[in-house]
Amino acid sequence: MDALLLARLQFAATTVYHFFFVPLTLGLSIMVAVMETLYVRTGDETYKRMTKFWGKLFLINFAMGVVTGIVQEFQFGMNWSEYSRFVGDIFGAPLAIEALLAFFLESTFLGVWIFGWDRLSKGLHAAVMWIVAFGSNLSAFWILVANSFMQEPVGYVLRNGRAEMTDFFALILNGHVWVQFPHVFFSALCTAAFFVIGISAYHLHKKSADGEVWKRSFKIATLFGAVGIVFVLLGGHTQAQHMVRAQPMKMAAAEALWESADPADLSLVSIIDEKERREIWGLRIPGLLSFLAYNRFSGEVKGINDIQKEYEQKYGAGDYVPPVALSFWTFRIMVGAGTLMFLIILYLLVAVLRKRYTFHPLLLKGLVWSIALPYIANSVGWIFTEVARQPWVVFGVMRIEDAVSTAVSSGEVLFTLIGFSLLYGALMVADVYLLRKFAVAGTTPATRQA
Amino acid sequence: MWLITAGGAMFAAFPHWYATLFSGFYLALFLLLAGLIIRGVSFEFRSKDKHPAWRALWDWSLFSGSFISALLWGVAIANLIRGVPIDQNMQYVGGFWNLLNPYALLAGLMTLTLFTYHGALFLDLKTTADIRQKAHDTALKLWLPALLLVLGFIVASWFATDMFTRGGMLPLLSAVIAGAALLLSGWFLRKKRSGWAFAMTGVTIAFATITVFAGLYPRVMVSSLNEAWSLTIYSAASTPYTLRIMSIIAAIFVPLVLAYQAWTYWTFRKRISVDSHLEY
Repeated sequence: MDALLLARLQFAATTVYHFFFVPLTLGLSIMVAVMETLYVRTGDETYKRMTKFWGKLFLINFAMGVVTGIVQEFQFGMNWSEYSRFVGDIFGAPLAIEALLAFFLESTFLGVWIFGWDRLSKGLHAAVMWIVAFGSNLSAFWILVANSFMQEPVGYVLRNGRAEMTDFFALILNGHVWVQFPHVFFSALCTAAFFVIGISAYHLHKKSADGEVWKRSFKIATLFGAVGIVFVLLGGHTQAQHMVRAQPMKMAAAEALWESADPADLSLVSIIDEKERREIWGLRIPGLLSFLAYNRFSGEVKGINDIQKEYEQKYGAGDYVPPVALSFWTFRIMVGAGTLMFLIILYLLVAVLRKRYTFHPLLLKGLVWSIALPYIANSVGWIFTEVARQPWVVFGVMRIEDAVSTAVSSGEVLFTLIGFSLLYGALMVADVYLLRKFAVAGTTPATRQA
Repeated sequence: MWLITAGGAMFAAFPHWYATLFSGFYLALFLLLAGLIIRGVSFEFRSKDKHPAWRALWDWSLFSGSFISALLWGVAIANLIRGVPIDQNMQYVGGFWNLLNPYALLAGLMTLTLFTYHGALFLDLKTTADIRQKAHDTALKLWLPALLLVLGFIVASWFATDMFTRGGMLPLLSAVIAGAALLLSGWFLRKKRSGWAFAMTGVTIAFATITVFAGLYPRVMVSSLNEAWSLTIYSAASTPYTLRIMSIIAAIFVPLVLAYQAWTYWTFRKRISVDSHLEY
């Protein structure tokens, strides 16, 4: 295998792995801050036990997110040195700002939060958790500023054989950031919601001690999930409308739409022939793709083959078609998981608003497994958005094969790929073991008496 | 944390340096990352299970992760000064073993010992009773080796590199300050003034860093193939526009970060003992 393919595999593996931990950090930090604020406001010790229980799980997850984040920052230089040279003038800035503005904030104040229970006043301690939540989400914002440049490069000029920044504010105001960040933010709320719902459901099912903790957690998480999933779906919709204009090839690949169509039909299932660049069979809903793209049942959505011709004229000969089947199916899994989450939350919301917390045991068991749903959606969502941008690493500016390090041999990449896989695999075992142990243990007797 | 910020700042300000260094020192960087990851999770995981094997596993991981990181730090810095094969396209053309030369290993041993000594002094400062006594004894044992290694490294640098001979008094002056501070820390340690001793090793580390970069200036990575192929702050830098933006942001936020970090140290200024109640 060549170094390029190995480097891409390594990026995919380490990034998806890193993003197992990020959304839970983003969403759960806010939820824990809300719980602690309720404690401060009401003085009710139940909220304190909730804060501590979910806070402990938050910390285990947080540590994993941080250490895997270091790899993310370093591998641009290690595996993608030519990319780093080419766009470092632009891409490095948001990463450095993220570290200085956001990462410091979240980790320093998290340290204060961990050890500050009896050194700070109640109110200040809760405020510290809000700072952690703010810092974490600010961190995500800057990373997405960087990623958005790859999707939709703005505020730069090609000069001296590299991309040079001309307008810092254009990077921040990049339209792509403002459709992507809400989507990521609200999906993080969903991730935390399903995490808390699932574990609370486990304890409701087992009729564990401290039932009030699980009921209230269940309720707060359902409300979080309701807000989250509605805005994820709306946000996803605006993101798709943005994509039609900004990255038409990605949209066409998501829909496996080979030929331009007006009105365009939405495919539910397609059997795709990538070699011949055609659809063998598809089940399509008439006009729905046009509707999703433009909010009306007409309007042309460009097909892959037309865009390929257009790009050949614009960028010269080459293959501009991303892996279509992979794009198509990851997109479908993401939307499918999102829809399922929406239905679950809708059902739970009705129950919670009626103050009903007794569910069928099978449903409670199912809710434990539904913790996986947002994780699946998050992972395939990122795989989709990165894969369907190919062959570009920076859309329209730099191709993936020009981005890989030249000083690194394929043997070296293979070595580190195996190394990271073993290390990450072992850490995952330890992490899941700990999370499961503390999740099952419930609140501690010592804090229950307090 | 500061390492991540430094990595990000390097990427933003000197993309070529970041690219050449990280792709060139590839396997060393991988080991460093593995070390940092292992020690990072160990802090969080080690007390989370009562089983002795669990504790032993993460304590051992914490030790080895930190050991590797501290050692490689010196190895990397030494190779920046000594020079590594970099071609005219800013590409590193040496291998992994090329980095493990005697000079770099001496530097690795130096940072390892110096950082361990620094850590022992911190424990001496922040703890009480038995742990403090243990840290104090460890620091006493490490002081002389640390001092000898630092002096040895300065002498080796005199012969193996051009950092003291390219003109300019700054590298030599700061090296002398670094050495003197280390000498003083031993004196404070014997007087049981652990706060001062810790401050002195802080000075040593700061001035050792100044020595390295003053000695390199204006280069950031020396090419052993051709002096003209070295990476300099000019050839490796971002555009003035980006540098200006980053400077403004740093000027505002670095003091802010330092302020709230100072506040956290103030909040937790008391010594920690095994009886102290840290609820969590």
